[in-house]
Formats: sequence, C-alpha cells, structure tokens
Amino acid sequence: MKDFLYLAWKDLLMEFRTKQMLNSMVIFSLLVIVIFNYSFSNILFNIDVADIAPGILWIAFTFAGMLGLSRSFSSEMEEGCLDGLKLCPVDPSTIYLGKVVSNLVIMFLIEAIIVPLFIVLFNFSDVKGLAGLIVIILLGTIGFILVGTLFSALTVNMRTREILLPVILFPIIIPLIMSSVMATQKVLSTGDLFAAIDEIRLLVVYDLVFFIAAQLVFEYVIED
Amino acid sequence: MLRDINLDIKTGDFLTIFGPNGAGKTTLVKIMSTLVSPTSGTVLVHDLDVKKSPLEVRRLIGVISHETYLYQDLSAKENLLFFGRMYGMHRDKLEARIHELVEEVGLQYRLDDRVGTFSRGMKQRLSIARAILHDPKILFLDEPYTGLDQHAAATFDSILNELDVSDKTQVMVSHDIERGLALADKVVILHGGKIVYEAAKDKMEGVEQFRHTYEHYVKEV
Repeated sequence: MKDFLYLAWKDLLMEFRTKQMLNSMVIFSLLVIVIFNYSFSNILFNIDVADIAPGILWIAFTFAGMLGLSRSFSSEMEEGCLDGLKLCPVDPSTIYLGKVVSNLVIMFLIEAIIVPLFIVLFNFSDVKGLAGLIVIILLGTIGFILVGTLFSALTVNMRTREILLPVILFPIIIPLIMSSVMATQKVLSTGDLFAAIDEIRLLVVYDLVFFIAAQLVFEYVIED
Repeated sequence: MLRDINLDIKTGDFLTIFGPNGAGKTTLVKIMSTLVSPTSGTVLVHDLDVKKSPLEVRRLIGVISHETYLYQDLSAKENLLFFGRMYGMHRDKLEARIHELVEEVGLQYRLDDRVGTFSRGMKQRLSIARAILHDPKILFLDEPYTGLDQHAAATFDSILNELDVSDKTQVMVSHDIERGLALADKVVILHGGKIVYEAAKDKMEGVEQFRHTYEHYVKEV
C-alpha cells in the first residue's frame, strides 16, 4: 500500500535535485502576483484590490500548477521509464496516488511562498481569515491536482501535450476554481470560514468525486 | 497486428525472435510482459493468464529493453532502491542484493553516480541489474544491443553469460542474427504479425544458412 510513497519519494528526490519544475513555477507565480498587483493598483484605477485579489491568487496557482503538471508524466517518458513503472507489480492506482502526492507537495511549497507575498502586496494587514484561507487553498489544490494528474497522464503520449493539457483541463476545473475564488473572497473579507460553507461543501464533493473516479479510470488512461 | 500466434516456450529455454521492422516482435513481447493487453487469445506465464493476473505475472518477469527504464537524475543505487521497493523487497535484503548485482555488472565504483553521467553500455549493464533485482523466473530482452558498440555488446553478452540466469526462461527480440542464434535453444521468425518459421536448437542451421532462410521467409510473405 505504501508503494505510492516510494514513487512520490522518487519524484520529489528528482525534482529537488534538478529544480526543473520548482524554479519555473515559483518565478511564474511571483510574476503573476506582482504584475497583477501593479496593474490593478489603486493608484491607476479606483478599484478595491481586495475584491479582485482572490482571483489573482488563484490565477497564479492555476497557471503555475499547469507548468508542473505538464512535466509530471513527461519526465517518465525518458528512457521508457513509464513502461518500467508499469512493469512493477503494483496497481495502476498506486502510480496515480504517487504522482498526486508528489504534485501536491510541490504545489503546497509554491503556495507557501506565494501566500505571504500575496498578503503583503495586497495589503491584507488584518489576516484574521488566514486559517480559513489555508483550508480553502488545501481543498482547492487537492481537487486541482487530482484532476490535473489524471489529465497529465492522458496527454503524456501526445506531441502537443503542453497545449492540450490546459485546453482539456480548464473546462473541468472551472467549478473548482470559481468555488475557490468565491470562498477565498468571503473568508478574506469576513474572516469567518463558515461564511463560505457552500463553496467548501462543493470543494469537498469535487475532491471526493475525482479522487474515486480518477483511480477507477487511471488504468485505462496509462494503457498503451 | 499479431495473428495466429501459437508459441510454447519451455521453462529454462532461450527463445530468439527475429523479424524485420514492424513485424510485431516488440508488440509480442509487450503482450507477454503485460504491457499491452491482447484483444483476443490467451497468454499464459507459469499458468497465469497475463490478462487476468498481471500483477502476479509481473513478479515472475524481468524486462531488458533498448530503453533502459532508468531515471537519469537518480544515482544507480537510488534507481535500484526505487525499483526494488516497488517490487516489495525488504530494505536489508535489497541493499545486499544491490551490492551483489552491481559488482556482477561491474558498476560498484559508480553506485552513487547519477545515471545521466553513464555511457550507453554502462546504462545497459545497470538495466540488467534492474531487471533481475527481484530474481525473476523469465527474462524478456527486447533488442538489448540497440545503440551498443561491439565492445559494449560483447560485455553485455559476457555479463548475461556469467550471471546465474541459466535457470531462467529467456525470450529475446533481436536483429543480430549471429548473437541471437548463439544464445538460442529455439528461434522463430515473425513477419507481418505471423510466425513464418520456427526451429528448435537441434534443427537449427549455421549463421550463413539461417541468414538465407531469414531473407527467404521475409521476402516471400
């Protein structure tokens, strides 16, 4: 059962050694936060930045996550490593879970760097909803990675996977992103997690549905 | 597409499969090794159906391919540790097995070096260690000489000969008639997805004569 942890360990070891995904994801998400902050600054427009900040935060997470997801399975294509993995006497869902865990760890690391910067740049001095924000980020990220890992495996053998992955992934994650943005906005403005209870319910259901569905279909997704 | 394949490989036999590009050799090995599911027919490995019991079959087999299945950014030891754990091997037993195997393939001094820094021949030697780490009963060799120079191919052969794999059933796909014949107990020629020639060791011809036979069958079909 813990085979998926060995797979996650292998992926994380390789990633921390090469930092191929980490560097590009951190730089990209930092740029998104900084550029949006200046673009919609109060100096230029009469906009309450607090209203649009949750959307900017999730744009940064989604696009940075997409960069990482596109590399998640393509790294297995070198030297036929995916076949080597499929030859191991483990259930295909183990491979899926291992990839989900490593992608989640990387994504949480990026978010741990981005969120403090986001709070400073968007001037959330009274961060009473910080615990609530963390819960929403956890639920949103888990759903995003569960679906993204599945689609990353689906597109791995395609030549245009870098383009195809976002194209087929975005329509599926629209409910997740919308709920996450709305929940973030409510929690940051009220400081109360329960103000976003409807969105949180949707996120939990989304995560559960895709956790089960992805494991059921993954075997067919990675078949030759 | 493979058609009308009927093949019986006895325990301990070395079968070499020859055939031109696109004949279906690799597909046949992929089906036997559970990587591809057959659309019809049955493949039994030690009485286990590859379609119904793929996990049990995978415990019995090892695959050496022209692709090494090794992670370039991990060291030789990390690669072997990873695959060993995925085969459910215990850490202590695994460490001992790794040291035994890397010595046999002559890579004990490069154990902690990244595989990406290895030559093609060294990678292929390490892939032997990876494939037999869990002591499989059946070994599939899918064009293992691809990309190896003469010296590296000879080293690969001698390691295979020196390793205690004589008790293992071995199935090799190769374009190298000389090497393929030297190792085989039985040969088949695959063409257009069908077996067009099959011969056991006692009925096998010399290299030159087999070359004519090969050209005859491959041309004729």
